[in-house]
Amino acid sequence: MPFRTPVLDTGPSTISAPSDAVSIVARARDAGRARGAVVGVVLAAGIAVSFAISVSVGDFPIPLAEVVPAIFGFGSPDAHFIVQTLRLPRALTALLVGGAFGFSGAIFQSLARNPLASPDIIGITAGAGAAAVFIIVVVGGGGLLVSLGALAGALGTAAAIYFLAYRRGITAYRLVLVGIGVAAVLSSLTSYLLTRAQIWEAQRATVWLTGSLNGRGWEHVRPVGLAMLALFPVVLLLARPLRALQLGDDTAKSLGVGVERYRRYLILVAVALAAVATSSAGPVAFVAFVAPPIARRLTRSSLTLVPAALAGALLVLLSDLVARRAFAPTELPVGIITGIVGAPYLLWLLARANRVGTGG
Amino acid sequence: MSEMSRATTHTLQAQELTLAYDKVEVAKDLSLSIPPGKITCIVGANACGKSTLLRALSRLLKPQEGSVLLDGQCIHRLPTKTVATLLGILPQSPIAPEGITVADLVARGRYPHQKWFRQWSTSDEQVITDAMVATGTLDLATRSVDELSGGQRQRVWIAMALAQGTDLMLLDEPTTFLDLAHQVEVLDLLVELNHEEGRTIVMVLHDLNHACRYSHHLLAMRDGRLVAEGTPEQVVTEAMVKDVFHLRSRVLPDPVSGTPMVIPIGRHFNVSEEDSIASGTAAAGVPGGRHA
Repeated sequence: MPFRTPVLDTGPSTISAPSDAVSIVARARDAGRARGAVVGVVLAAGIAVSFAISVSVGDFPIPLAEVVPAIFGFGSPDAHFIVQTLRLPRALTALLVGGAFGFSGAIFQSLARNPLASPDIIGITAGAGAAAVFIIVVVGGGGLLVSLGALAGALGTAAAIYFLAYRRGITAYRLVLVGIGVAAVLSSLTSYLLTRAQIWEAQRATVWLTGSLNGRGWEHVRPVGLAMLALFPVVLLLARPLRALQLGDDTAKSLGVGVERYRRYLILVAVALAAVATSSAGPVAFVAFVAPPIARRLTRSSLTLVPAALAGALLVLLSDLVARRAFAPTELPVGIITGIVGAPYLLWLLARANRVGTGG
Repeated sequence: MSEMSRATTHTLQAQELTLAYDKVEVAKDLSLSIPPGKITCIVGANACGKSTLLRALSRLLKPQEGSVLLDGQCIHRLPTKTVATLLGILPQSPIAPEGITVADLVARGRYPHQKWFRQWSTSDEQVITDAMVATGTLDLATRSVDELSGGQRQRVWIAMALAQGTDLMLLDEPTTFLDLAHQVEVLDLLVELNHEEGRTIVMVLHDLNHACRYSHHLLAMRDGRLVAEGTPEQVVTEAMVKDVFHLRSRVLPDPVSGTPMVIPIGRHFNVSEEDSIASGTAAAGVPGGRHA
């Protein structure tokens, strides 16, 4: 039987955008950006206020009016000493460590498209912790040596997780599962080391493991400050390929992204940030884990790097303020407070993932 | 449309492709050429290698042997970003990040046209608006992709692929999970894109009748090999359906389009080759069914 060749009658053209349509799209995109900017400004203001309060309060209170002059090296000699040697480096460490954890968590979570894929869940900070405890307990080192050990531990663990999870590329799910397994191994190693330790060393190690800002000086500010200075522009540059990678490997490749290459860069930057932060303040629990979702909910955007860093900084500053003053003069490690904030969120996330049945 | 005067001469060819996943061979000895400016459909039974072929044509899968040629050059040797300005692929189940808005998702299609120092321009704005108007997704601009229906979501993804502004568009089963009305809507849209803008479209389709109606060129595959190639009229015959799908069928002219229409017979109907279709005896033998 003879077939007719199909006549594709498409009618009048439907493919031409009127000029007012362009402004609809522009406005939709501007609205998102404006919201992000407002959230950024509000978070930054919150940081400035808690930073000032953090420098002001303590056993030797410094009136808020004297805080700013003291920060810049003016004011009474007493205030000057307390601010410059005690409180300013501590607050700066809190700010930088929180920011670094926020960035690191945001990169990991967006890259893996999984809220559980943050460096404190997938074993990277656990690696830093095990190495630090090894230095404290077995080597008997302190200060700088512990920081360097933590840095090496985090980087080594990240490399191990990457190679264990690698199978013709990296899939998010394998990364999370392998990471959780590695974290379990490392935390039992840490526990073993602690049982072997002298009581005083064990106590020191435990405080370090909780994440603490007690007695942080300029020597702690410098490495994390330099790392943030160097890596901040890199993070901003990598945001563009990250936005494409969020759409899945196939779509990203179709868009012309070198998928494996950029994923490796992003993991490297995120690991470096988490490692440096951990070496300065210990594995402050759950900051990398909760800061990005807080930022995402505030901005209602699908990729939030700078807001996540700001949320992380604010979280650590506020938590440290509570940790210092809640049972004054006893100062708690800051990780206890961030843990109290983060643990319920983890439970909620797991419960929700179970209900939905997606496993996150 | 700002890119209206697109050249339709970009060519895509495969030469003696052998495709494999982890040493498991999926397709062998595939040589074909995609007609520029036309709609090509790849059809075949499940697991015959049609999606694999599409992945190879779009450089997502590196062939074990042979090569895919884009404008005569090996696609794997061209810079991936250059390829991305000529050829776009919509995978079968693309992933939308949580909370992303429609406008934001469509805008991400502009990636290959952006540079580190020039991230966004008014021409980008124009192209994504055109893509959203063409797909009827402009009204959804501020909505979150999570809350859309399946049909809306598919149109948004097609808008993103359109925003990429490529002459060659490859789509892996663009109508899966859609009801009939939405399937036709998506296919109509692709026909318009081909007809009005001269885009070359290659897609994998499950529905043979849709493939016949909506394509100029058909590629039929079985067990990783190309078994038939040509216009729907040349390719879709009762013998081919039997051969490729292991299915007895009648092929009639579609009363609307005149293209071949496949009517499966199945196990419960007895139709002898001599039975006249016009007499209506084709339905005889329905178990406990209607009387002829």
